[in-house]
Amino acid sequence: MAQTTSADKRARAQRQVRWELLVGLIRKDLKVKYQGSVLGFLWSLANPLMLLVVYTFVFQVVLKSGVPYFGYFLLSGLLIWNVFSGSVSFATEAVVGNAGLVKKVRFPLHVLPLTPVGFNLVHFALQMLVLVVAMLLTGFTYFLGWGLLLAIPAIAVAILCTVGLSYLVASLNVRYRDTKHLVEIALMAGFWLTPIVYSISLVQPHLHGWREIVYFLNPMSGVVVSMQRAFYAYDVTLAGGTKVLADPGYAYYLGALAIGGVVSALLLWVGLRVYHRLAADFAEEL
Amino acid sequence: MPDIAIRADKISKRFTVHTERATSLKERVVRRKASASSFYALLDVSAEIEIGTTVGLIGPNGSGKSTLLKVLAGILRPTSGTVSTHGRIASLLELGAGFNGELTGRENVYLNASLLGLSRKETDRLFDAIVDFAELEEFIDNPVKHYSSGMYVRLGFAVAVHVDPDILLVDEVLAVGDEHFARKCVAKITEFQSEHRTILFVTHGLAQVEELCHRALVLDHGRLQFDGDPYFATQQLRKILGTDEPAETPDVVPDNGITFGKIVFSAQPGGPPQEEFRGGQPLAIRVQVKIDDKWAEQVDTVLAVVMGLHDYPIWSMTATKNALPRSGGDWCIDFVMPECPLIRGRFVVAAQLTSVTGEAIAATRSSHAVRVQSGHDFVLLHVPYDVCATEGAIA
Repeated sequence: MAQTTSADKRARAQRQVRWELLVGLIRKDLKVKYQGSVLGFLWSLANPLMLLVVYTFVFQVVLKSGVPYFGYFLLSGLLIWNVFSGSVSFATEAVVGNAGLVKKVRFPLHVLPLTPVGFNLVHFALQMLVLVVAMLLTGFTYFLGWGLLLAIPAIAVAILCTVGLSYLVASLNVRYRDTKHLVEIALMAGFWLTPIVYSISLVQPHLHGWREIVYFLNPMSGVVVSMQRAFYAYDVTLAGGTKVLADPGYAYYLGALAIGGVVSALLLWVGLRVYHRLAADFAEEL
Repeated sequence: MPDIAIRADKISKRFTVHTERATSLKERVVRRKASASSFYALLDVSAEIEIGTTVGLIGPNGSGKSTLLKVLAGILRPTSGTVSTHGRIASLLELGAGFNGELTGRENVYLNASLLGLSRKETDRLFDAIVDFAELEEFIDNPVKHYSSGMYVRLGFAVAVHVDPDILLVDEVLAVGDEHFARKCVAKITEFQSEHRTILFVTHGLAQVEELCHRALVLDHGRLQFDGDPYFATQQLRKILGTDEPAETPDVVPDNGITFGKIVFSAQPGGPPQEEFRGGQPLAIRVQVKIDDKWAEQVDTVLAVVMGLHDYPIWSMTATKNALPRSGGDWCIDFVMPECPLIRGRFVVAAQLTSVTGEAIAATRSSHAVRVQSGHDFVLLHVPYDVCATEGAIA
């Protein structure tokens, strides 16, 4: 009997996503990405830095939006958005790109879409560290306070939403290769619909009642404004009378995150169901 | 059911011809009623494999062998029917599948083992054995992309067989690598057999099937054509392939006067039937025949021929005079050997009753093959001999 249970346990290890396996795959992706490059991990800072330069030029110099410390404002929301968009866009290739494995090895398929999420979260942690150090060094310390705790639910909702969508697009892309192209366009639209490079206060006058709820059905809107509240946290009034932050308090953000959280949970449920259904035929379709 | 390792119940697998499939949304919308042409790669295949047995899976190309292996491995979902397996499965469908060229051999071993269900601790413990088996001590920290194809395959095989599987599914990979490594792979499989693990392997090497397997399945056009003794399985396959030779000893009985019983293999005459023997052990072959008075008079000799692969005769024995049926009735003719010769593989016995004039009266052959396992490899027959050198003029 003891032998039977151990055989069952060993069989389960081939079917369940284990933390060790996920970490192993993320390490592989990191290693492969930075293999042979001199600067290695520093390259992960290059992309946000370049965006920082470009958007600062466009919004501060050309359009004169006048948001003070625009770089900090931008990065507060942009970095978490990058986790979302980077993961989802990589996830479209998560199954298709591992065809050799899927077709020839019996392993827990559910680990595949999680890998890009973990990969991007590692970069996110590093980039946030650099951002926080930079803010501390330049004396921009508005973020030191209770508002910082908003980052916890915000990141949680972001992960929920990202994982859910990743499962969905990873499995759909196996059958319909259009998914990849659709995702690219949708992510581009999402980037501008989410208040990342501009302040939410510019659209806020149009948001009341049900419109506000509809606005926050995009989980990343709630996430991004909450991250701005947590890290930028500078409650400044601009020349035109508008503010940079949506609200100086916390309740507003928690409400937005609650809506986003429900949507994300739903997304995760749908994503997992679709993935589970389609996973049985991956080996055949690839 | 702990004594069954793999149970396949009426498995069918239908494939849709790929060009007909909508792979984009546009196609899906435009050709909603695309004429889907499909074929069955497997049709109603049922089999049970007991824990600890080695089963060969043979059949012509495209008969569904690899598909069956993938279904059993849980990689493909059967269109209908169910599969249940018991324990950890290592599937060697392609050696080194999942290796990443950029990573070193060491990193790939850990990652691959993790994919196959091993924890890091378990891999730590097995690592040296894996590297040792693959014979890659010097290169284990080099990126795999610099490996030769032989090294790549060796590492893949080493990882797969070291993950401590309960069930090993092997797809024609034993043929890879040089002879030295191929022999090592076969040795590993023999080791697995002695450890009571379950092995199912696809091969085109029919000799391998007869030598290694307890049982063989023959697939043809997705159907299970035969399930049973490897010796007869390979014969069945040769029949399908059209490479069988006409039977030399047809089961001819002139009238109802002669009926053969089974040919029984045992350790001593009348002992319990045995299917496996070791070279050097006693072996008794019993030919059973029911004969009437008329035919009993005519029989001059009973000839028994032990035949190996391709019905190649190995040795023959004759019974004359007192060892013959002396009158009508049921007779057992026992051929008794104090020591079974040091041979290896599977053997059948054909028996023939011959008349005074040397004509065959009736013939039969054993319905089961007997398996002989000798202590030594590469020894076909042990023939005692002396050798000496004499000095003298040479012509």
